[in-house]
Amino acid sequence: MLAMNYRGPYRVRVDEKPMPAILHPEDAIVRVTRSCICGSDLHLYHGMVPDTRVGTTFGHEFCGVVEQVGPEVRNLKPGDHVLVPFNIACGKCEFCQQGLFGNCHESNAQATAVGGIFGYSHTAGGYDGGQAQYVRVPYADVGPMVIPDWMDPDDAVLLTDVVPTGYQAAEMGGIRPGDTVVVFGAGPVGLMAARSAWLFGAGRVIVIDHIEYRLDFARTYCPAEVYNFREIDDIVVFLKKQTDSLGADVCIDAVGGDAAGNALQTLIGTKLKLEAGNAIALHWAINSVKKGGVVSIVGVYGPTGNIVPIGNVVNKGITLRANQASVKRLLPRLVEHIREGRIDPKAMITHRVPLADIADAYHLFSAKLDGCIKPVLLPNGA
Amino acid sequence: MSENLVDTSTIRGWGADANSDNDPTFPIRHREAQETRGLTWTRPTQQDADVEILQSVEHNRRPAVIGTSTPPSGISGMIRRYAFRRSESDWLHWLLLMGADRLNVVEGVIDDLGKGHVPNIPAEMGARAEWKHNKKGLVTKAAVLAGLTTATILVFRARRSKDEAKPGDADMLALSPPETFS
Repeated sequence: MLAMNYRGPYRVRVDEKPMPAILHPEDAIVRVTRSCICGSDLHLYHGMVPDTRVGTTFGHEFCGVVEQVGPEVRNLKPGDHVLVPFNIACGKCEFCQQGLFGNCHESNAQATAVGGIFGYSHTAGGYDGGQAQYVRVPYADVGPMVIPDWMDPDDAVLLTDVVPTGYQAAEMGGIRPGDTVVVFGAGPVGLMAARSAWLFGAGRVIVIDHIEYRLDFARTYCPAEVYNFREIDDIVVFLKKQTDSLGADVCIDAVGGDAAGNALQTLIGTKLKLEAGNAIALHWAINSVKKGGVVSIVGVYGPTGNIVPIGNVVNKGITLRANQASVKRLLPRLVEHIREGRIDPKAMITHRVPLADIADAYHLFSAKLDGCIKPVLLPNGA
Repeated sequence: MSENLVDTSTIRGWGADANSDNDPTFPIRHREAQETRGLTWTRPTQQDADVEILQSVEHNRRPAVIGTSTPPSGISGMIRRYAFRRSESDWLHWLLLMGADRLNVVEGVIDDLGKGHVPNIPAEMGARAEWKHNKKGLVTKAAVLAGLTTATILVFRARRSKDEAKPGDADMLALSPPETFS
């Protein structure tokens, strides 16, 4: 089969690889129909996540048709078209029982801090991902959901990560009706976080980024007030002035380690990789939120140390909430929101690319070219 | 407070999830309803591994399901094995892994060449997309790269010719070969 092959920072290609096999009785093999490149993949692509080994296949946002199931799989059968949450979760452990499917204890040998994730380095378990024609899906009875007949597969594939991650970002903000919510980052997750903030009753939603076409998209899609931090002298002071000098009720970091906007952070975190990426979006979130407010973090940072203004967290009495999204927990609600037309995930898809062109798709997305918001790969044709 | 720029009455679904009784907050609030606590759940079947799996020292048993995509190999693999003697809270654990990742890239090129495949690095970096959507940027990068390469070569050549013309070299040459070699 054909699969994406990581060769090092900023280098990927498509190669012939062995077909995946059933390695555990709860495994399934899925023929991929759609697979996204996620903003989180760019952290891998840029070489920022430790233990990203040459030769691995990325891809944690995908849906496809079940080809084969292991002897202990009960809920799926060959021919089912399923969406596959990015978390690999057993459904039985201490953490899965709490709904923390992103923190499963039975899916990641290499680390205890995070559960297994498809195609997301050996720090997240060392599983091959879905940017391939076929993929092995462990715990097939737990994560995958059969796509309803009425649902567009383009919506379904975005339910595997970006939609629940954005929604959970808003949920973790504890937004109350009338709250002012600031979202840092106008990528797909930031867009969905801003859109979801309205569902929790936000009174005002502000999106911060530095790419004009993404801000234009956020203005209409979310719909939100948008500001380009490159055009503002000090974004924290600006946001304070926007909120009667108090600060926002909720700030959401939907950026993570690939942030721009601060030379020192870029040098230490992005270029030298001596900390877990550039933490400037998190700095801005902590410093822009009001005293007693909530900072919600879904941006991906590597596992090494970070220079974070923890003193301000203490002095301002801020609540920090953060996690990988627990997709399975959120799916029923999000499916309903799509059915009711409250969210429209597929509107974010700007590029549909054959697997063979994956290097160009990664570069397009990474370099923010051609108005790219969200690229979708078609590993087995349209 | 500043005046809001978006009329919330026009937002489809505004406040749909605002009812706190309908709050899907996690982790679940009623942990007392959990069936098990600690490492006491009914474990899934243990997956066997036919490749080397590095395991965090913070695990007291191997998770039931494991990824087998890319076992450690070469010198980078040796570094990874050493890194996994340290816990996830140890900065060196992660720095060693990052170092192994960089070395692994060189190993990947050597592996390609060993298999008779010369990697097309510009294509792997998406040069076609850059050419199509950012010609100016590509030309600028190419010019900068060419300039740096030229400058490096010129500096190297200048240093070499300076070394060749350095006084005293002739005296040093006159000393060789040492008498003990004769």
